[in-house]
Amino acid sequence: MVDPVVWDIGYLLSAALFIFGIKRLSSPKTAPSGNRLGAYGMMLAVAVTLVRMESESPGIIGWELVVGGLALGAIIGAIMATKVQMTGMPEMVALFNGFGGGASALVGLSEVLGRLQSGNIPEAGIGLYGTWIAIGMTALVGWITLTGSLVAMMKLKGGFYIPLTKKDDRGRRKWVNFPTWGPPWLNFVKALLLVGGLALVVLTIQEPNNTDWIYALVAVSCLLGFLFVIPIGGADMPVVVSLLNSLSGIAAAFTGFVIGNNVLIIAGSMVGAAGLVLTFVMCKAMNRTLPAVLFKSFGGGGREKRTRTKVGSDPEEVAMVCDGIAKCIIVPGYGMAVSQAQHAVKEFADLLEAMDVEVKYGIHPVAGRMPGHMNVLLAEANVPYEQLIEMDDINSEMSECDIALVLGANDTVNPVARSGEGPLGGMPIIDADKARVVVFIKRSLSVGYAGVDNPLFYEDSTMMLFGDGKQMMVELNAAIKEL
Amino acid sequence: MVLTLAALIASITVFVLAIFLGFELISKVPPTLHTPLMSGANAISGITIVGALILSNSAFNAGDPGTAATLAFIALVMATINCVGGFMVTNRMLEMIAGKRRKKGGD
Repeated sequence: MVDPVVWDIGYLLSAALFIFGIKRLSSPKTAPSGNRLGAYGMMLAVAVTLVRMESESPGIIGWELVVGGLALGAIIGAIMATKVQMTGMPEMVALFNGFGGGASALVGLSEVLGRLQSGNIPEAGIGLYGTWIAIGMTALVGWITLTGSLVAMMKLKGGFYIPLTKKDDRGRRKWVNFPTWGPPWLNFVKALLLVGGLALVVLTIQEPNNTDWIYALVAVSCLLGFLFVIPIGGADMPVVVSLLNSLSGIAAAFTGFVIGNNVLIIAGSMVGAAGLVLTFVMCKAMNRTLPAVLFKSFGGGGREKRTRTKVGSDPEEVAMVCDGIAKCIIVPGYGMAVSQAQHAVKEFADLLEAMDVEVKYGIHPVAGRMPGHMNVLLAEANVPYEQLIEMDDINSEMSECDIALVLGANDTVNPVARSGEGPLGGMPIIDADKARVVVFIKRSLSVGYAGVDNPLFYEDSTMMLFGDGKQMMVELNAAIKEL
Repeated sequence: MVLTLAALIASITVFVLAIFLGFELISKVPPTLHTPLMSGANAISGITIVGALILSNSAFNAGDPGTAATLAFIALVMATINCVGGFMVTNRMLEMIAGKRRKKGGD
């Protein structure tokens, strides 16, 4: 029999590896090693657990199932991680979040059912209250994370093909957009469900043997997670994804209370805190509070009517303007991700650099659908890390910039935000309007997520290239080559 | 194992301190690392795999792999996907970012 202290030391080492891992993940130089340290911490925790199980109760461990489960999960995870395109990364992160939350929720459920099965219910007192509150909170947070993440994943995908419908001439089935739906009264429903969920936690303590309360809690939490994300629109997704990331950590920490294991509590609550920091970074970049993002419908109602029009330019005109300039700043947005234009953008930058033009990228913190979305896409297209400039730093260079190329972005460069009024009021923006010439690549003059018309479109110094982001970039590149 | 008040307080202490630690550790993260930090942290939240492992064992203590063990097995698979997939995908992203820095340095 091994002294139990050995296991605790093993877990402590593993927790230390997680702490160093997260610390090193926050700087570009050390990030790869930080990620590896995290993985080592995980392997150590799994190894300690397996050895401990075998040594404390030899023989009864279900090796086939345990090894089978680990192998199955590892193979699926590895295939998903290797196959995913960088453009599919937001969905992937959301899905993994959901798996983490769902796993915690299932562990809590398994624990309580196992205890009921073997009649191992503590006496009323601290043993019962502590454990059962932890189980209840794991269920609440875990199931919310699972269903919330699945909805977020569908929203990030944008929609889905209905199976078994007739294929059109391009061999595709019928596509439906995933709805964003949230009348104001839905908030009352959510509040009621939350109170109901907490009440059910109390009921499970009062009647530990009644499994009905447990299943009701699961159902309420699942519904709550679904309703929590369904009203939130696309451009607010960076906030939601990082909040769900935080919740998946909190769920793991509560699971630590359930099974009485410190490494789960430490790792889980650190991830919870990290996710929350990121959530607030995202909120600040939109100049909105977290409750406003989560509970106020945004941009839907007072959509401005456009009364003005603007004549579109063609790629040849833009290419001519590009001739002989000294500095170009590219401002990408979600449109670049949708049209997968990042490689064409990189080619454009290469062409300009061959003509001795200085090229930089101005990245708004909430551009795209998840934190850091633009950075990942551009990194995939081999854009040097040094050229990706944060909003505050690029704004001081805008006035000396000849061309600002805004690709699939709108609200993040809308000068109306500076006026401090309307839905965009006070949101920090990239000062594309300070450049000598602004080129927009966009499908139409339509308003962005905030529903506010962009006066920059109509400036004399602005050129509009109407069309698909990637196609326009390709045509622009062709035009530049012909100069 | 019966939970005692002392053990519960100790766990809550660890919980609160770890939250503060998390806030302190990543107060400043460059935007390039937002996505990798998120998916790396997410992989760490797969630590719930330890709980799934323990329960897939203790559920067998009762002699038959009932609902509890089945749930623990599903949890084990999901948590493993979360860990392995999360760490691998983070590694892929970071290599993409760091790989270019090396090339750039070599020029």
